[in-house]
Amino acid sequence: MNSVLNFDALLAPPLFSQLLHGAQFTLMLFVACWILAVSLGILLAVLRISGWPFSERLVAIYVAYHQNVPMLAHLFLWYFGISTLLPAGLQDWTSNHGGEFIFATIAIGLYMAAYFSEDIRSGLRSVPGGQTEAARSLGMGFLASMRYVVLPQAINNAIPTFTNHTIVLFKNTSLAMALGAAEMTYAVREVENETFLTFETYIVATVFYLAISLILMAVGAAAARRVRLPAH
Amino acid sequence: MLEFLDNNARFLLIGSFPNGPLGGLALTLLLSFIGLVLAFPLGLLLALCRIVPVAVLRISSGVFVYVMRGIPLIMLIFWSYFLVPRLTGHEVSAFTALVVTLVLYQAAYLCEVIRAGIQALPKGQLEASRSLGMTYGQTMRLVILPQALISMLPSLLGQFVALVKDTSIGYVISVYELTFSAQQINNSLLTQPFAVFFTLALVYFVVCYSLTQGVNFLERRINRKGSQTVVKLEVANVSVV
Amino acid sequence: MLALSKVNKWYGDYHALVDVTAEVKRGEVVVVCGPSGSGKSTLIRTINRLESIRSGTIKLDDVDIHGKTQNVNQLRSRIGFVFQQFNLFPHMSVIDNICLAPMKVLGQSKAQARERAAALLHRVGLANKADAHPAQLSGGQQQRVAIARALAMDPPVMLFDEPTSALDPEMVGEVLSVMKSLAKDGMTMMCVTHEMGFAREVSNRVWFMDHGAILESSDPETFFTKPAHARAQNFISDLRH
Repeated sequence: MNSVLNFDALLAPPLFSQLLHGAQFTLMLFVACWILAVSLGILLAVLRISGWPFSERLVAIYVAYHQNVPMLAHLFLWYFGISTLLPAGLQDWTSNHGGEFIFATIAIGLYMAAYFSEDIRSGLRSVPGGQTEAARSLGMGFLASMRYVVLPQAINNAIPTFTNHTIVLFKNTSLAMALGAAEMTYAVREVENETFLTFETYIVATVFYLAISLILMAVGAAAARRVRLPAH
Repeated sequence: MLEFLDNNARFLLIGSFPNGPLGGLALTLLLSFIGLVLAFPLGLLLALCRIVPVAVLRISSGVFVYVMRGIPLIMLIFWSYFLVPRLTGHEVSAFTALVVTLVLYQAAYLCEVIRAGIQALPKGQLEASRSLGMTYGQTMRLVILPQALISMLPSLLGQFVALVKDTSIGYVISVYELTFSAQQINNSLLTQPFAVFFTLALVYFVVCYSLTQGVNFLERRINRKGSQTVVKLEVANVSVV
Repeated sequence: MLALSKVNKWYGDYHALVDVTAEVKRGEVVVVCGPSGSGKSTLIRTINRLESIRSGTIKLDDVDIHGKTQNVNQLRSRIGFVFQQFNLFPHMSVIDNICLAPMKVLGQSKAQARERAAALLHRVGLANKADAHPAQLSGGQQQRVAIARALAMDPPVMLFDEPTSALDPEMVGEVLSVMKSLAKDGMTMMCVTHEMGFAREVSNRVWFMDHGAILESSDPETFFTKPAHARAQNFISDLRH
């Protein structure tokens, strides 16, 4: 058992760059998944309230499916399962162009889109009906009342859960390692296998995740504060 | 597809039982049940620590909850399974590591659910009870907690569903729960990955969806019964996995 | 100015408005009263199309309000509506609440809208609250802001749906006095209210409704001393006790 923690080895070039690449991969994956999840989440939420036939039912099924199946199962289904259904040319292309990243992004993005769309939906529901009535009574159309009265309040109310889910999304990127994606956790395990510095490497990873989570929480709290005091 | 199910359903559902250890869906459900049963008292304890006016308890439980919610479950599994043996010199079985990690992880989330439930009760309840001369402990035990726990029941059961999904993390340390079992089947078959993993998703969906519907039903019944408002929390019921 | 002709509305099987035919002349103040569930709120909400009608017509200056080709937003901008629950926009300051619609619907510039808003705030006695947020105001103050907000659109007619019912008794007076001064200035007004003192003092006509129909329509003096309809008589005598 080590009595002195040996971080120096980790700061040496080959290992350090491995860890750095892991961190970079994680952050890039996070950004890609987040963008996909938010865009799709907004689309789903809008679709749900659009009133088109079946849209409510279809979105409900999408959400129910994604929320009741664990992230790992989604990852495996996409990476090992659905990929085999693609035409051969596409399969080759993806395996040569970072298939792990692509399928991880799709799986995690689609999964979190379900949660984000529910956040938006409950945000909209949290705005009392009287607000819409008041806006419409003043002569504002549907779009104007959404834009100036309902959405600002809906977004404000949804920020706390939205922040929570963003952090969940960030943590979910770590599961991409199960596909062999070279994200942070994977890099840490590789380094640990080479150096046997289990404690040190795990501390590095833990600090990384905690730091980013903390930053995300702070950003969320700042956003909530800002929206509460509208600028004059 | 049906042929695949024929041959492998048994393994997927109960592992090699009774000729070997329990596995598959049965193991997943067992893990979830044990996890919730153990996590609940710990979560309750943590929640109480979070609200008592004793700074040391509040801060330490706060830090614990923050750490559990800030790092991915997979890192926690690695800590328990790979690091603890190295530190203590004892071997830790994968099953134990998984259970302990899930319990600690879920306790942090349960703590937040319970805490919100307690704080959602009107202050008047505490005040009325203390005015009658009851101690803080009695108030908690006889007045606050009974009410809070009933209103939180749906959220608590929702955490069970989250736990069912979280057990899939056992895959990374080769515990023969549902996801790992499916991967084993795929590794031996090699020719039907889509069928294997689609079935996996389907099984989880059926189980979790039914449980969720059951919880919703319970929630409606609780709402109808009393003036208790059910504490609907978005913080809880989201598992990482 | 406002002409209702044989207006009928059903909620499923329930006949909510029964052959309502009545008129509000320019500059008139009409009070609509009656027991709960008589359809008074439903009626006033059909006038700015917050509720639909099954048959009959409602015309504002010969424009059919429920006509299919009508631009509902344009119509609503000409009808001021004050809600029982005020419905101020909580995320905006008082002055922004008042300026929003004139800017976005009437296309006024910010300076124009602000100038008019300041004048209106002065008129309702809240000139010093321009930058406050609704949450910081009392109920009576919020309702006065709501009246100013509706007036900012310069509507030829103002509708009030139980404007003082949600207020504490001591704040009713401040809102009623704003409404009285509006009436004195010649505004065409229709008020659903239980405030019979206001009705007696200010209104030109009283409509008594029950079960969705206008049972009696007379001038206030007659209505309060010698109501013709039996149910109106009960209503008046109940008020006295």
